[in-house]
Amino acid sequence: MKTNRVLPGFGLALGYTLVYLSLLILLPLGGMILKASDLGWSQIIDIALGERSLAAFRVTFTASLLAATVNGFFGLIVAWILVRYPFPGKRFVDALVDLPFALPTAVAGITLATIYAGNGWLGRFIEPLGFKVAYTPVGIVVALTFVTLPFVVRTLQPVIEDIEPEVEEAAATLGASRWQTFSRIVFPAIFPALLTGFALAFARAIGEFGSVIFIAGNIPLVSEIVPLLIISKLEQYDVLGATALAVVMLAISFVMLLGINGLQWWAANRHRNNEPLEVAAGKAKGGAA
Amino acid sequence: MKMLVRGLAASLFALSAGAALAQTTLLNASYDVARDVYKDYNPMFQKHWKATTGETLELKQSHGGSSKQVRAVADGLEADVVTMNQANDIEFLAEKGLVAKDWAKKFPNNASPYTSAMVFIVRKGNPKGIKDWSDLAAPGTQVILPHPKNTGNGRNTYLSAWAWALKQPGGNDAKAQEFLGRLLKNAPLFAAGGRDATTTFMQRKMGDALVTFESEAEMIAKEFGKGEFEVVYPSLTMQTEFPVAVVEKVVDKKGTRKQATAYLEYLWSKEGQENAAQNYLRPRDPELLKKYAHFFPPVKTFTVDEVFGGANKAFATHFKDGGSFDQVYVAK
Repeated sequence: MKTNRVLPGFGLALGYTLVYLSLLILLPLGGMILKASDLGWSQIIDIALGERSLAAFRVTFTASLLAATVNGFFGLIVAWILVRYPFPGKRFVDALVDLPFALPTAVAGITLATIYAGNGWLGRFIEPLGFKVAYTPVGIVVALTFVTLPFVVRTLQPVIEDIEPEVEEAAATLGASRWQTFSRIVFPAIFPALLTGFALAFARAIGEFGSVIFIAGNIPLVSEIVPLLIISKLEQYDVLGATALAVVMLAISFVMLLGINGLQWWAANRHRNNEPLEVAAGKAKGGAA
Repeated sequence: MKMLVRGLAASLFALSAGAALAQTTLLNASYDVARDVYKDYNPMFQKHWKATTGETLELKQSHGGSSKQVRAVADGLEADVVTMNQANDIEFLAEKGLVAKDWAKKFPNNASPYTSAMVFIVRKGNPKGIKDWSDLAAPGTQVILPHPKNTGNGRNTYLSAWAWALKQPGGNDAKAQEFLGRLLKNAPLFAAGGRDATTTFMQRKMGDALVTFESEAEMIAKEFGKGEFEVVYPSLTMQTEFPVAVVEKVVDKKGTRKQATAYLEYLWSKEGQENAAQNYLRPRDPELLKKYAHFFPPVKTFTVDEVFGGANKAFATHFKDGGSFDQVYVAK
């Protein structure tokens, strides 16, 4: 830390960062945990393991994982196309990606429910085929996928921009097949960013309330999400119970995000230290030979 | 950069300016769909107050879900009066010491200036022949209602059906619970709120019947056209009350007790009652009820106090975690 920097102010900036994060994040979270500590651990566990809560945790985390996975795949394609190919209306499409951020989530939920309902634009075609989306857990995944799309696309775009097309060309001239070029050259470079996007989308999906309740159907044990149960507890003026659910949700999310971060760190390191691009390209050639 | 700073400063100012007006101001914390009622009522009372005392009052409204509003008041939202759609919300404020313990006796009619009733909305021509609660529980019928655990509207529906089942020959709690189990199985979803249920039924055309407030029926007629649906009055349904109370702690601090009390009392005046009737809420005044009989056909109703021994007790038995609603779904 004692090295001389071009720009001064490390101490000040660090102090500011700590105060800022404390006020914005640690203080409210600390208050929440303090409130929950009014209950014993056994009570918190009891609340979390109730049949209705367990079902809601399952629905929330499964739907969030699915939504983040869907976006991990299709968001990657969207980001790739937006960076690599010029096409008419590209700027317009680029701007569209941000819309889910700007739209009040309740509006998104109501709109999606209307579109996917039995008489909606999409619902009328897919329901006769036996796919029910609105008012089923599938609807929850659809709403979460909509809301979290920008996270994956926006995280990937700058990283894909950094990979010069020449690298792909080099791999090709060294004899790598198209699949090898993707799997050994391009993918390792974007994988850490993809994980970041995935983690952001996942975290956002877990807490999402406004869009989901309008399309979920909210049937106990089937399509209730944890945030709805928290509201339900508050509706009973059971602030402690609501806090207990929130703390458990936070703990699970924290562990999962920590896991994803660890994976990301591992991927980034592996890529950076052990497999510089040239080596990877060389290997690709070796594999082809 | 300068522009940005100026813009930020201006928006901060705009946010805080609302709180910095010196004039006697009353804040009415109210439930969500009360907007229309009080939008018309406030200027009426302002005029009345000016004429009788010469004082100019500023009246402000805060709307939101009933329980959310009450929590905000408990957490320090300085509302002079609360006008709600569930007695247990005001009970909560009474427990917290913000509202008088005997709030229900401070004004006539259980402190509820007007009422409504839970009714069915069915499709034009009533193709499924839905007449009463038993028809909603019949196999093959779909019924749309808001979440019984999380919304006042849904709770009223649930309790109405329960009371009806209780009053059937040989009816008891066990049979009522079994009946509710069948009825709820016919709900393909639980809507997020009253208006969401209406949209699901009317616009998305889901379900054979919607259960909602009588007052909502006219709103639906305005929005979707009168010929699109029919209103069905079941043989017994809940008379829903809309209790009001003065927030003692706030009026003592602000010195607005006189104004706040008058504001609520005026709801029982001819003008106040007529305004309620025009918003499709049943006035307490029998003459006005007769005058607006075309809106309000006779219906046999019960109150929560009569059948369930009070709103708090009903809530504890049926909607608390582990209550009868949960038993229908979880671990029988």
